[in-house]
Amino acid sequence: MIGNDRLAVRKTYKLYLNGAFPRSESGRTYEVTDAKGHFRGNVAWASRKDARDAVVAARGAFAKWSGATAYNRGQVLYRVAEVMEGRHVQFCDEVAHAEGLSTSKARAAVDAAIDRWVWYAGWTDKLAAVLGGSNPVAGPYFDFSTPEPSGVVAVLAPQQSSLLGLVSVLAPVLATGNTAVVVTSRERPIPAVTLAEVLATSDVPGGVVNLLTGNAEELGPWLAEHADVDGIDLTGAPAGRAMEFEREAAGTIKRVVRPPATEPDWTADPGLTRMTPFLETKTVWHPMGV
Amino acid sequence: MSSVFEYAPAPESRSIVTIAPSYGLFIDGAFVDGTGESFTTVNPATEEVLSEVSAASDADVDRAVAAARRAFTRVWGPMRPADRGKYLFRIARLLQERAREFAVLESLDNGKPIRESRDVDVPLAAAHFFYYAGWADKLEHVGLGTAPRPLGVAGQVIPWNFPLLMLAWKVAPALAAGNTVVLKPAETTPLTALLFAEVCQQADLPAGVVNIVTGAGDTGRAVVEHGDVDKVAFTGSTEVGKSIARAVAGTSKKLTLELGGKAANIVFDDAPIDQAVEGIVQGIFFNQGHVCCAGSRLLVQESIHDEVIASLQRRIGTLRVGDPLDKNTDVGAINSAEQLARIRELSDIGEAEGAQRWQPACELPAKGYWFPPTVFTDVSPAHRIARDEVFGPVLSVLTFRTPDEAVAKANNTTYGLSAGIWSEKGSRILQIANQLRAGVVWANTFNKFDPTSPFGGYKQSGYGREGGRHGLAAYLTGADSK
Repeated sequence: MIGNDRLAVRKTYKLYLNGAFPRSESGRTYEVTDAKGHFRGNVAWASRKDARDAVVAARGAFAKWSGATAYNRGQVLYRVAEVMEGRHVQFCDEVAHAEGLSTSKARAAVDAAIDRWVWYAGWTDKLAAVLGGSNPVAGPYFDFSTPEPSGVVAVLAPQQSSLLGLVSVLAPVLATGNTAVVVTSRERPIPAVTLAEVLATSDVPGGVVNLLTGNAEELGPWLAEHADVDGIDLTGAPAGRAMEFEREAAGTIKRVVRPPATEPDWTADPGLTRMTPFLETKTVWHPMGV
Repeated sequence: MSSVFEYAPAPESRSIVTIAPSYGLFIDGAFVDGTGESFTTVNPATEEVLSEVSAASDADVDRAVAAARRAFTRVWGPMRPADRGKYLFRIARLLQERAREFAVLESLDNGKPIRESRDVDVPLAAAHFFYYAGWADKLEHVGLGTAPRPLGVAGQVIPWNFPLLMLAWKVAPALAAGNTVVLKPAETTPLTALLFAEVCQQADLPAGVVNIVTGAGDTGRAVVEHGDVDKVAFTGSTEVGKSIARAVAGTSKKLTLELGGKAANIVFDDAPIDQAVEGIVQGIFFNQGHVCCAGSRLLVQESIHDEVIASLQRRIGTLRVGDPLDKNTDVGAINSAEQLARIRELSDIGEAEGAQRWQPACELPAKGYWFPPTVFTDVSPAHRIARDEVFGPVLSVLTFRTPDEAVAKANNTTYGLSAGIWSEKGSRILQIANQLRAGVVWANTFNKFDPTSPFGGYKQSGYGREGGRHGLAAYLTGADSK
């Protein structure tokens, strides 16, 4: 990226909120380094107010996103993969720096992340058939069940896997028609900021995804107790805090995904495990005959 | 009583049921005395004491969980799935054979009309066992991968509104999936669960597979918080549901919750009015309104409000309130003095906040716990009777002008269990059904249940489903499940 004697134009790393890229309303930033400790940038440090604004944005975007056809949602998620592919080199560089990976390992992570979007893009219009169906009730009624999104989902993204892990927790939330407020890896947020730029140019409506760089330890409790958040994925919750966040979430009967003991192998086939926690089942009855 | 229809008394005989003067706990296949303080269960229609029942202490719950664990490890877990299914088929058949006995006992202990216990509660309970029996040897088709596994010991806490039916909703899928259970029935309605224990004995169900620990909140807490319980299933109030979710936080216990509701029953101006009025009555007065999915908020399109209310009042005037064992009774007794006090309190608040109370002229029995069918009009969405779950025969009527307003008002609640739509226009029904944030939507019908049909809530009405394939997923783990 740096020419012979050309001075590089550096990027200001900001939040992604309601389709725009604001700084934190708090004015705070924090210094991010690569795995070797070299300075990479001052990244926006999201506040409680930013988190609440993000929930408002996600709620506002919910009707349109959940009401879009499954085919349309699938195409939008596929478009994310297309646009990511065009930024492949940039992602490889950022993931390598953030996670201290070799070029080949960083490339493998980026490849898997892009392919994961493709995989989930293909799920959007199959979930209803796989998880729903008609129910043969003992009476003259037509009765059918369909999966529907829970609503606004807060995601504490994995702390280690800065891109593949992030995509692995975000894409299923979107594929199922939910909208998301994501707190990115604290130490490794830069690939997430680039992903935000991809989302902003991939026909994902503003507010469907809101990415907050900052500290899950600080924002987790507010998102866990927020009355307009329907579900929370605690995967990236700091060690020792997940139980407290889950207790906070109980106050509004949130759907909760508990964190694994250690970060899982994100290359493994996730099956339905990351989609079903944020899906409701709606059953509709109608009489036949009368 | 209304003079429109005069009926001679037609009481169902209670001689079919023998109620013991006292009952112990059912642990490891046998009735044993509990070490907690005993309590009495009364007939809410007469305040007559029916029996004295053991309360399970922490130590008793410990024994029950240990029995369930042993049965899971040694007998029920290793058993051929087809044999597990056969036991459940046996239970279904025994419930059918003893249906009248269960119905009479349920009406005595709960206060619900015999017509409902006989035609709804008991047949549906048997149907649940029959349905899940068939799943026991087909679990690889549930959708959780080729080798789903049971979770282990399930701790289940159920409410007093459908005592036997809620037992069936909990126990049948748990056992079909290969789990063993420790079940706590509600304090005011323990008797049909204890009769079910006899059914387990008649079925030769291996000891420890089903354990029944009676008691109040402390017993329930001991079941939920027990360290050797792998799965918690609860049906009851949202408030208790929250405390349970807090209690299992940080553990590996899997949790499903079926909590309160404040269902909107939406009547559009193109609805078949007579059918809708029947549905409104069924929606709110079924089981005295002690139904989490009751249609307690009537949303009527403004243009037909007066017509619907007049027709509704005429119909309510013909409801017979009284002896639950009378086969002509439509509305039975309120389940407990405590619940009656809550219904009275919220109704008084309704009036104090400015809503208009209407009740038919009806004589209530002198003894027992009774509340007449009640309709509140001029209710605003801010009124407590439009927001709080009354859990009684109290209907709040609100109006709307446009479909969008109907949806906005219907969804304006922290609950999301059920909803109703009345319209003759198919495309409207499907569109509104799509927009309602509720787990069950009844269109041109209300309060229908079936073992094949998933039931459960959105939002603060809980999570997880009971019924159908979905109900099994709550008791299994597999490569594809959490």
